[in-house]
Order: sequence, then structure tokens, then C-alpha cells
Amino acid sequence: MAVLVIAETDGANLPRGTLATVTAALALEAEVDVLVLDENADAAAAAASGIVGVRSVLKAGGPGLAGGLAENLAPAVIEAAAGYGHLLAPAGTWGKNLMPRVAASMDIQQISDITEVIDADTFVRPIYAGNALATVRSRDPVKIITVRGTAFAVAEAPGGSATVTDGPEVGAHDSARFVGRELSQSDRPELAGARIVISGGRGMGSGENFELLDRLADKLGAAVGASRAAVDAGYVPNDFQVGQTGKVVAPELYIAVGISGAIQHLAGMKDSKVIVAINKDQEAPIFQVADYGLVGDLFKIVPEIVDAL
Amino acid sequence: MKILVAVKRVIDFNVRVRVLPDGSGVETDNVKMSMNPFDEIAVEEAIRLKEAGTASEVVAVSIGPARCQETIRTALAFGCDRGIHVETDQPPEPLAVAKLLAGVVAAEDPALVILGKQAIDDDSNQTGQMLAALLGWPQGTFASKLEIGDGAFDVTREIDGGLETISINAPAVVTTDLRLNEPRYPSLPGIMKAKRKPIEARTPADYGIDVAPRLETVSVAEPPPRPPGRMLDSAAELVHILREEKGVL
Repeated sequence: MAVLVIAETDGANLPRGTLATVTAALALEAEVDVLVLDENADAAAAAASGIVGVRSVLKAGGPGLAGGLAENLAPAVIEAAAGYGHLLAPAGTWGKNLMPRVAASMDIQQISDITEVIDADTFVRPIYAGNALATVRSRDPVKIITVRGTAFAVAEAPGGSATVTDGPEVGAHDSARFVGRELSQSDRPELAGARIVISGGRGMGSGENFELLDRLADKLGAAVGASRAAVDAGYVPNDFQVGQTGKVVAPELYIAVGISGAIQHLAGMKDSKVIVAINKDQEAPIFQVADYGLVGDLFKIVPEIVDAL
Repeated sequence: MKILVAVKRVIDFNVRVRVLPDGSGVETDNVKMSMNPFDEIAVEEAIRLKEAGTASEVVAVSIGPARCQETIRTALAFGCDRGIHVETDQPPEPLAVAKLLAGVVAAEDPALVILGKQAIDDDSNQTGQMLAALLGWPQGTFASKLEIGDGAFDVTREIDGGLETISINAPAVVTTDLRLNEPRYPSLPGIMKAKRKPIEARTPADYGIDVAPRLETVSVAEPPPRPPGRMLDSAAELVHILREEKGVL
């Protein structure tokens, strides 16, 4: 049976998580189709049809696409799902909001946030903030899965030539209404897809001091993140949060500044290729996962790095 | 307005979990257990609505082994009015939990159900959305702000790119994100009062729900360890290594 990827899209932009989800779908060794549920349907479908390895793109239409509410999208996903053996979506906030609603309606126990495909029924997923890896086998007739984007390579796009057909009509229900969105404005790369991530913790001392990290980030073309402690302290908004309950990143280079390294934070970054930790406490747990450590005053060390670049 | 809050007993967030040598799961014997932190936020939000006069009654429900009653007592100490314990040998999977909660909702008829967005043990992030689906109710997930209107709730949601606001009709399901509130510590009088508050005992059979797992855990393993790191002396040395040896700059 074929696999249907429930794609998170942003018009013509294909988020990294969606491209990684296609890679996970291709690992199931079946035909892969993609369902796009985007207000900007033509642009999204055109972009998705360019993903290498995809057979066909189902383009949903209708008034319920505006705002992307799970209440409207879930019935359309279920309609499109007929005949597919696997439904896969990226495990960002979009997929996390939508897919369990789909799964429960189909009486399926979803498998969240997989990091590896073993076979068509068996998958690996982190539990306990990534302190253990569970291999689980599903007995359900259809597998509904969300995919951790950092655990799979991105599928190539453009270059593919999938056909585009009209998919389900998305109705607008009156039980939920989209009011508005306040997206963080930044010229920097997005956390989830950045090649270099610099994160600050409680050791930053204040929101203003994050400017220090901004300077380094500008120099390196890096994204800026934060630990939960820094978010809790009100230094930065929650969409900066890297960790078990925030974003999971796995960049080429992760620089942790003034972060002690609680297991909840490590869960979100320990698969980074190279980890650098800067902390005044040489006993800080962050040094146990770091490839390189600098013990000392971050307010002195970070400007020194900027100068040395 | 009656509010139902769901609370899960999990390994305390400060405990470093250990994988059992036979790979069947993680060590839970003699390990400190607590209420799932996101569920504490759910309880706090419900209690604040009661203190504000918006909620008339707050009912805490927990599903799992006998000792989940301790978790319900904690919720009662926070200020919940009464508890419901649906006893099972093992904590069921999210779909079964959602079905049981739907049964509790049918019996209790709340206008709002608040749950944590995820439990920090299985990290599934499913139950609230599944409950909303089964009830046919709207959902306000990952809430950082909840405002009660006339027959509707305005929910500000934490999404990957920032914040989103939706308006959902009552009855509804809301799941909590960490900035929704800062939970209080239960007071001593609260703890004393909690001992006398009623906890209703239920079983899955009362709701006609089969809680048999759909997923088989083949194995549980430790993640591969990272090679030991190196302490450096200067920023210049770090930049040199990252640029010349690692090629990541």
C-alpha cells in the first residue's frame, strides 16, 4: 500500500520537516504521495510536485484551508487517507496539532516523533526526553506517524515531476475560528533548519544580554535559541526554546552559552554534530555532551570569539 | 462552568531515568514520581478560573495504577474539588486514555477539559487532540493564554514560528504550554483539606473501553553515548579548531 505524506507547507516554501518526512516515507519502500492543505494551494502543490521521489500530489481546496485549523483539516485528511497504509506528517506544532485528531477519528494509536524506520510496522522513537529510545511495532491496520525532522535527511527538491490532482474539499466548521498570527520577525535562519545554532541559558542574566549572542549569530549566519530556563525567566519568547518541550535541532554546530544542561534541554540538541559549551561552572552537565568546552565568563568569551572570527 | 482536568503520574522531571538491562523499559521501582509538569499548569489554570468565579467546580481525573491516587490528592491540594480515578494496571496508551476521558466527560458534562500538552514520560503529545476528536469538540492546543468569552474561549497558541490566536466554542479541549501560568505550591491547609475530598473509583469496564495496547514495545535502549569532549583554553583556540579541524565555520 502507498504512503501519504500530510505536508506542512507555506505557499511555495517547503519546510525542512516536510522534506525530511518524505525521506522517512521513502524508507518504507512504497509509492509516496503528498497531500497539501494550503490556502495558497497552487503554489504549494507546484512546490510539492518538485520533491524527488514523490508519485503524485493531492491538492486540497475549499474555504476551510484558511487559518489551517485542525477541526477543518482533519476530516479532509481522513477522506484523502482512504487506501493508504501509512500517513506521515512532520512533528512540528502543525503536525502535532493535526495528526492525533486524525488518528483518534480513525481509531488508530499514533506513533509520535519517529527517528528511524525499521520496517513497515516498526519504528524507533525517543522517550523520556531522549534518555531512552523505544522500538515499537504497531498492530493497527493503518500507521499514523509524525516524523522528527532532524532525524532524516531532506528529500531533494526541485527536480521531481509528480502529477498534481485535485484532493479533498476542506469545509469550514463554525466551532473554531482563526483570529490571527504573530510570527517572530527575524532575518536569521529558522531554528529547525539552521546550520549553526547559538543558544543562551539563564546564565545570560537578561533579555538584553541576548544581544551578545545576536552579534555572534550575525557573524556566523546562525539561528538563536534558548533553554527553557531562559524562556521561563522571560528573557526570550517560547519559540526560541530548544528542548524536550520546545524545538529539536541537530545543526552542524551548536553553541550553548550560559546553559547548565538540564536533561530537558539536552533532549533538544544532543544530536548536533559539533557541540560547544561555554559556562562558568566547570561541573555543569552541559560539558558532558560537549565536544569542546570553555570554562569562564561568557561576557568575556563570546566577544573574544566574535573578534577571533 | 464545570472544568475537568486530566493529571498523569510520571517519573519526576529531575530524575535521570535508567533503561532496564533487559531492554523492557525504564527503571520505575524506588523512583520519585510526580504529577506531569504540564498537568500542574492545567490544574493551576482551572483553579485560577475557579478563584475568578468563572468555574463552579474543578474535577481532577487520573488514569493508571492505584498510586495515581497520590497524584489526584496533589491536584486536590492545589484546590480541585473532587477526583476520579480510573484504575488500570499499566498507564494506557494515549488513544485509550482519550477514550476513557471521553467516558468521564459523558458522565460529568464539563464545559472545558484542560490537559497538559504532553507527558514527559512517553512524550507523545496526543491525548488532548484525540479527546477533542472523539468528542467532536474544538481544540486549543499548546495554549499560552486562555480567555473565557461568552460561550467561547480565546486561546493563544505557541506555534513553531511564534503565536497564533483562535476562538473556539464551548465545550472545548485546551492543552497547556509552559507559559500559560506558573503553578503554585500546595498550601498546608490545602493539603489537609485534600485528605477529606472524595475520589471516585472507576475501571475501564465502567466506560466499556478496551485498554489493550496497540503498540508493542519491542525494546528500549540507551541512546548511543557521545565521545568525551575536550576542554579548551581560549576563544582563539576554539575558533581555530572549528574552522580548521572541523570545518563548520
